[in-house]
Amino acid sequence: MSTPSRTVEPRAAAGVRTITFAQAVNEALAEEMRRDPAVFILGEDVAEAGTPFKVLSGLVDEFGPERVRDTPISEAGFAGLAVGAAMTGMRPVVDLMFGDFLTLVMDQLVNQAAKTHYMSGGKLKVPMVLRTTLGATRRSAAQHSQSLHAWVSHVPGLKVALPATPYDAKGLMKAAIRDDNPVVIVEDKLSFQDKGPVPEGEIVIPLGQADVKREGTDITFIATSSMVVVALRAAETLAAQGLSAEVVDPRSMVPLDTATLVESAKKTGRVVVIDEGHQSYGVSAELAAVVADGAFYHLDAPVKRLGAMDVPVPFSPVLEDLTVPTPEQLTALAREMCGARS
Amino acid sequence: MTPTDGLTREHGHELLLDMLRIRRMEERCAELYQKTKIRGFLHLYIGEEAVAVGAMRALTPDDAVVATYREHGHALIRGVSAEKIMAEMYGKQEGCSRGRGGSMHLYDAPTRFYGGNAIVGGGIPLAVGMALADKMQGRERVSACFFGDGAAAEGEFHESMNLAALWHLPVLFCCENNLYGMGTGIERAQSETRLALRAASYRMSAWDVDGMDVLAVEEATRRAAEAVRSGGGPHFLEFRTYRFRAHSMFDPELYRSKEEVAAWKERDPIELFRQRLRDAELLTDDEDAGLEALASDEVERAVAFAEAGTWEPVEDLERFVLSEPAPQREVAS
Ligand SMILES: Cc1ncc(C[n+]2csc(CCOP(=O)(O)OP(=O)(O)O)c2C)c(N)n1
Ligand SMILES: [Mg+2]
Repeated sequence: MSTPSRTVEPRAAAGVRTITFAQAVNEALAEEMRRDPAVFILGEDVAEAGTPFKVLSGLVDEFGPERVRDTPISEAGFAGLAVGAAMTGMRPVVDLMFGDFLTLVMDQLVNQAAKTHYMSGGKLKVPMVLRTTLGATRRSAAQHSQSLHAWVSHVPGLKVALPATPYDAKGLMKAAIRDDNPVVIVEDKLSFQDKGPVPEGEIVIPLGQADVKREGTDITFIATSSMVVVALRAAETLAAQGLSAEVVDPRSMVPLDTATLVESAKKTGRVVVIDEGHQSYGVSAELAAVVADGAFYHLDAPVKRLGAMDVPVPFSPVLEDLTVPTPEQLTALAREMCGARS
Repeated sequence: MTPTDGLTREHGHELLLDMLRIRRMEERCAELYQKTKIRGFLHLYIGEEAVAVGAMRALTPDDAVVATYREHGHALIRGVSAEKIMAEMYGKQEGCSRGRGGSMHLYDAPTRFYGGNAIVGGGIPLAVGMALADKMQGRERVSACFFGDGAAAEGEFHESMNLAALWHLPVLFCCENNLYGMGTGIERAQSETRLALRAASYRMSAWDVDGMDVLAVEEATRRAAEAVRSGGGPHFLEFRTYRFRAHSMFDPELYRSKEEVAAWKERDPIELFRQRLRDAELLTDDEDAGLEALASDEVERAVAFAEAGTWEPVEDLERFVLSEPAPQREVAS
């Protein structure tokens, strides 16, 4: 896949800096740790070794190894510890290097974190965050390339956010840390060095607010995480061909801003949902169902999904790139749906 | 150091050659990585070669081997050809996993090499399961499982130890203690850093071995594998070793000092053994050069093979997600 700059064009404004996604996450964590001594980070190589993907650089220097805590390779254990600590006054941020390792923490997340508040009749809270990653095309093979955010989105009691830009990464992280529920934040590994505008000062983006990343009138792309940039590129291409695509980023799967999605679908009458999870049984199916249900009488075409192919991610570079939706595929699909001549 | 008494010239040369084969292959891999011929993750075993070389010699072709993402050397010494390994690292379909696995997922059925594994600790229960299958089917085989010190912090490690000991299964745990799990030193990751002692707490025979001494590794593994094979239940060997290179290709190595690395390089398993062979007059300059040449030739052939390899056709992308229909298996009634 040829990759031109993935940077989403800054929307010009005064007092706005251009920083990377990684810096934005880093700032959010630092600000929240300054604000609230209960916030602490735990995970593998988060402190001394220089941190996975360099996102946490410098935090241990400011907050010390008690609050930026290197763990052994014990994911089930430290995720569970976070649940316990959260139940009793702390606000842990668990760092899970690869989304593929969600499989190792699922019991603590699904059977403990997600259910405690409900099962205790609302008496106990689990204010924790679990940060992890998604995304293929890094030649990392089948056990380090998965996008498993649908797994956690399926479980009542967990909130799930998928930031796609530095701005969203910062604002959603701060909201997640302040949330009294367990929140899973899934970040695209390929986006850490992407740059974007982030204003100085406090940004908190409430979970459950979609963002229209580009306005359009002919077709709506509901795009998540790594696919937002794909949708924007497709929209760019389509614009040159006389088609106007709107790009809506739900930003969180749970809670879901159905109103904004449905509103856009009603406006354009055509919707493609694009998400890097496997297409079958993924979040794209849920999002498609939500718009089909809410905008049925306004639709000019069936709602379409574009997800990763239903195959484990192959190492072979020529095969790997084919498993993930591309701007070209989306452009072609949109043209077909809009009845444009190819 | 184990004495060289009784070591034949031939045996000594084989051990040295095998260590050189891994070293030269991986040095070449590092170069190829810089040239982006090999991409993604690449975890080099350089410095730890004596462990795979010594241990594999104590296994028979019937035994099973399970390894980690740092498994190029294990695969090579187990008998997977350098060509197939290199082609796999390139992602070519002539590779041992058809180019689908890459560096971390070398598989080879004929040599019973059950994979590299990119989930830390993920292979350990697999090996115990293979041992269970052998026990249930009355086969006298050993399932050897290689894993790192870092893996000993995972739940799967502890569950596997208990199951293996409880059910008296023929599994040989080969822990490669290189003192670090990524950037975290063992004292910062393990409450008890003597990993053999922890294994012993599950009631299995366990001891530590100088992993820089290829003869010590071979001897210990032979003793342990024979005990496992003859019904002695699981055994655990903790090989004390050290990785000379970065954890993977992107690692600033902030967690250890240059002095520490240099001190361990003084105990380079290849140089140590080479010197011992020379001291025992088991290796001449010419012989040494001959072994080096064999190792380099093998690498060059492997690279040429990988370069000439082909990409798996796109039409095959969805093959093997599920197994293709096979003839009905007969099940005894
Ligand atoms: C379950 C899981 N957690 C974390 C990782 C990331 N990771 C890859 S290698 C590694 C260190 C493993 O250390 P060790 O077991 O000592 O093996 P070594 O790399 O030293 O050979 C870690 C943490 C992983 N691949 N799988
Ligand atoms: Mg280690």
